[in-house]
Amino acid sequence: MDDFEPRIIAFLCNWCTYTGADLAGTSRIQYPPNIRIIRLMCSGGLDVTYVLKALLEGADGVLIGGCHPGDCHYQSGNYKARRRVAILKSILQQMGFDDDRVWLRWISASEGQYFADTVKEMVADLKEKGPNPLRELWGT
Amino acid sequence: MPIKGDSQDMNTDYRLEVKGGALETMTAFLRGLLEKEIVDALLVPMHTPAGDNVVQTLFTDPTRLENVDPIAPVLPVNSARLVSDLTETGAVGRLGAVLRSCEIRALIELVKLKQASLDNVVLIGVDCLGTYEMNDYAELARGSNGQLSAGLLSQAKEGRLAPSEGHQFRVACQMCEYPVPQGVNLTVGLIGVDTASEILITTSDELAEQLELSREAGLPPRVGGDRGGAVDRLVAERTAERDRRFAEFRQRVSDMPSLLAEFSRCIRCHNCMVACPICYCKECIFRTATFDHASAQYFRWANRRGSIRMPTDTLIFQLTRLNHMATSCVGCGMCESACPNDLPVATIFRAVGEKVQALFDYVPGRSLEEELPVATFREDELTSLGERE
Repeated sequence: MDDFEPRIIAFLCNWCTYTGADLAGTSRIQYPPNIRIIRLMCSGGLDVTYVLKALLEGADGVLIGGCHPGDCHYQSGNYKARRRVAILKSILQQMGFDDDRVWLRWISASEGQYFADTVKEMVADLKEKGPNPLRELWGT
Repeated sequence: MPIKGDSQDMNTDYRLEVKGGALETMTAFLRGLLEKEIVDALLVPMHTPAGDNVVQTLFTDPTRLENVDPIAPVLPVNSARLVSDLTETGAVGRLGAVLRSCEIRALIELVKLKQASLDNVVLIGVDCLGTYEMNDYAELARGSNGQLSAGLLSQAKEGRLAPSEGHQFRVACQMCEYPVPQGVNLTVGLIGVDTASEILITTSDELAEQLELSREAGLPPRVGGDRGGAVDRLVAERTAERDRRFAEFRQRVSDMPSLLAEFSRCIRCHNCMVACPICYCKECIFRTATFDHASAQYFRWANRRGSIRMPTDTLIFQLTRLNHMATSCVGCGMCESACPNDLPVATIFRAVGEKVQALFDYVPGRSLEEELPVATFREDELTSLGERE
């Protein structure tokens, strides 16, 4: 499917990843427009329900962005996010779903280029995987 | 299996002589807790006047315990929820609670979730001989003239517990590897014990003294039979059944269509959530207006996909519940018993629970000292998650 454009929903933490994404913008670094960003104050504030909702609504990929371990603005939110994502991935896998569509990435406020690279990487990866099978799902 | 707290380390075995039947002896023993004022109130299962059900009853009057039956093979609700009700905002006086293993393990999780307290609570664990679904129990109880418990007791000596002819125990019980309660103040041991003549009581010396349990000076209790062997045999049988059901489930659900098929009959009644002792959240997202979608939203979804199942949000309910509580699932099976459409949720949640609990070497209900996986973290774990490959 050459004309398949993956749709990525991103949950980015305010202090690091969202600021990093903003830096990519102000630095005029080009990256694919396939990503839709939702700002949270902390990756630790993300309940998996929102990730599941995004996937069930047909998002091809979900990117969760947080501060590097040790740098969380609220001390330990990202550690809790890490555990939650580990549990989520295990459950998705066990229920027959490709858990590799959910990415957790630590991206700091100064890593504008890394953010852009991550988006490029994810889009390329998802183009290969194809659309989320849940897009066609009749029953959610 | 590691035991919680210091008290268990100092527990000793005592022999309770059976006079006039094991159930009568147990009843007299429990009555003693109230009579000797070791507790001010005692929660223990009792036959309902109708005779087709056994419910937890809170006693303050020791003279009313004639129809109690802590081993009646039926479990209408997980008593962890009841002990939470009784202790959440402060129990009045000292509470004694007679519980099965799965109820105790669920209670330990609830204490960690700050929904119950063990202050001034005497936990009495009874070996569980298995339970039937409520309708099966009602049918069997009517036909058995009160002999159901006695029948199971005689089998318990060998550690071979078989259901009545033409019936099965609840699925959760068939695969339960914890028939012996752990982490309690007092254990009533029946498996591997010759309950025609004796019952094994394991408790602290302090409580034993209050209960006037005696030990023949210098001699270990002569509890007939091989308790260790009987328990091991029963646990091995149950573990094999557990692994069989897990493997069956894992083979059955491997992709989206099979996942949908698994929940094809789910009607989102939320009974599983209501019955689950771990699902305590009063502000559960599924109890809010979040899922009361605007009428136009349904049409939008239908337009996007061509057709949509109604009501919506079945999968997100099951997946969310899995994510939120699987790390604390103790396998009591109330969910499957409560499901009006017999969805195999006890197996599903336990199977998924097994893997997510293994991520953190966590066993729900094993110890009060072990922190809930979702409430803690370690810096040096899962280090590749979040890093670029």
